[in-house]
Amino acid sequence: MHVTLKINDSAHDLTLDPRTTLLDAIRLHAGLTGTKKGCDHGQCGACTVLVNGRRINACLSLAVMHEGDEITTIEGLGSPDALSPLQAAFVETDGFQCGYCTPGQICSATAMLEEIRAGWPSHVSASLDGPALPTEAEIAERMSGNLCRCSAYPNIVAAIRLVAAAREDAA
Amino acid sequence: MTPFEYIRAGSCDEALAAAGAPGSAFIAGGTNLLDLMKHEVMTPARLVDISRLDLAGIAPTDAGTGAGTGAGTGAGLRIGALVPNSELAADPLVRRRWPLLSRALLAGASGQLRNKATTGGNLLQRTRCYYFYDTAMPCNKRQPGSGCAAREGFNRIHAILGASDACIATHPSDMAVALRALSAEVELLAPGGGRRQVPLAGFYRLPGETPQIETVLEPGEMIAAVLLPPPEGDRQIYRKVRDRASYAFALVSVAACLRMEAGRIAAAALAFGGLAPMPWRSAKVEAALIGEAPSPALFDHAADLLLAEARGQGHNDFKIPLARRTLAAVLAEACSEEMPA
Ligand SMILES: Cc1cc2nc3c(=O)[nH]c(=O)nc-3n(C[C@H](O)[C@H](O)[C@H](O)COP(=O)(O)OP(=O)(O)OC[C@H]3O[C@@H](n4cnc5c(N)ncnc54)[C@H](O)[C@@H]3O)c2cc1C
Ligand code: FES
Ligand code: FES
Repeated sequence: MHVTLKINDSAHDLTLDPRTTLLDAIRLHAGLTGTKKGCDHGQCGACTVLVNGRRINACLSLAVMHEGDEITTIEGLGSPDALSPLQAAFVETDGFQCGYCTPGQICSATAMLEEIRAGWPSHVSASLDGPALPTEAEIAERMSGNLCRCSAYPNIVAAIRLVAAAREDAA
Repeated sequence: MTPFEYIRAGSCDEALAAAGAPGSAFIAGGTNLLDLMKHEVMTPARLVDISRLDLAGIAPTDAGTGAGTGAGTGAGLRIGALVPNSELAADPLVRRRWPLLSRALLAGASGQLRNKATTGGNLLQRTRCYYFYDTAMPCNKRQPGSGCAAREGFNRIHAILGASDACIATHPSDMAVALRALSAEVELLAPGGGRRQVPLAGFYRLPGETPQIETVLEPGEMIAAVLLPPPEGDRQIYRKVRDRASYAFALVSVAACLRMEAGRIAAAALAFGGLAPMPWRSAKVEAALIGEAPSPALFDHAADLLLAEARGQGHNDFKIPLARRTLAAVLAEACSEEMPA
């Protein structure tokens, strides 16, 4: 099947078996290997990408279902010489060990901070009426879909809090 | 994954027509179906993509009728089948009037999954029974007549109520438990153009001898929406007990929607997850609570009624006392002075 995927603002014209997941299309067909495959079953979050600004597991979605969507991967968030705020914060706080889960963590956190900004409550929010605050408990709950086999969680949370705090200062 | 034909439906009529072919399945968020297709537990020959249909709205309705008022003052709610779980949980009206539903959704899966998971797909997600997933093992639900490996196997996540000799699997949804307590109805579209409304109470089927048939959906029928009547109570709680604090399925969950009047329970709707092949509700339990003043003895009596026919399978025996304690804790909280109305 023919499908055009818009990844990080460039169009990729691909011919795919309909069984191809968005994850495999991104990695194997578009050649963007920053996005990782951990479990391939929605259980680890390594494959997290943004679709129209929302975080999803690319392993549990078919590429052919994403014609016309705006897909953003870790490569689209920043580059080595122009890191996104979260990418820079992960470096600063040492938010990884092996780094395998990191692209998923950063994509997930990027969208998660927008969810907080939009006032979305979480399972640990005392009130559903907000305000939604980037506390340690809130971040841990909201990031629970991203597992880290190296258990770098303390520094991952620290990186996210750094960016959340900088935003609050700017606001 | 076995090969399939992919069809993207441009309208409900197109979707219903395409799904008429044998071996067809609708795909919405894909978060359950694709997982099962990768394991070849489900092997549809044709996937009908309904993800772009115009069924993603949340709108107030007139009480009872399910018809839109358009005015935004309606008493009930109509939730399109394609509303993502994340948006439904965050919807301001849901948060204010049906907080139980927000809480149940937020207790399920992960942020990423909730962005993809839809209202319709969530209702129809399949059991997480390990033997259903393992195609090397017998499973009457996956392969009718092959037997049930769970009865003699590992069954700590399995049912204590409503199970049969053929199948002891539980329904995994959190959302469906809340919807059951909120007396939701499901609106269905049939291939010939028919439309019917089924209470969630009659939507799921117990396994009996045919565990492969899980709902009253006819082949090719599509969920269009879920309809909520006005809530019967302002004291709403969803309590989920699981193996880890987040991103895990329920071992036991309790959804409660209560109203208190002059120190007595005036209305009580309770539904239970993790215990049965479907979200479980017991009229006896609710009748025993209504009109009574809350007390530990009353809550214990309610648990006696709920669990009178409960039967453990070995590894899941713990669910019987766990359900009792979770129910008591939820009732105590729902009836307490501090419970925010
Ligand atoms: C790792 C993991 C953890 C999870 N944890 C939880 C949890 O804690 N609690 C919980 O409740 N859930 C949990 N889930 C399950 C998740 O909620 C479901 O996968 C999701 O709700 C399914 O919705 P979907 O739109 O993706 O369905 P799909 O996968 O698209 O479809 C599921 C089924 O419904 C059918 N279908 C879909 N829409 C319609 C329609 N409109 N009409 C007729 N048929 C339709 C499909 O044909 C298919 O059979 C978890 C899932 C994963 C992968
Ligand atoms: S690879 Fe997608 S969630 Fe693990
Ligand atoms: S840094 Fe190794 S898995 Fe997270």
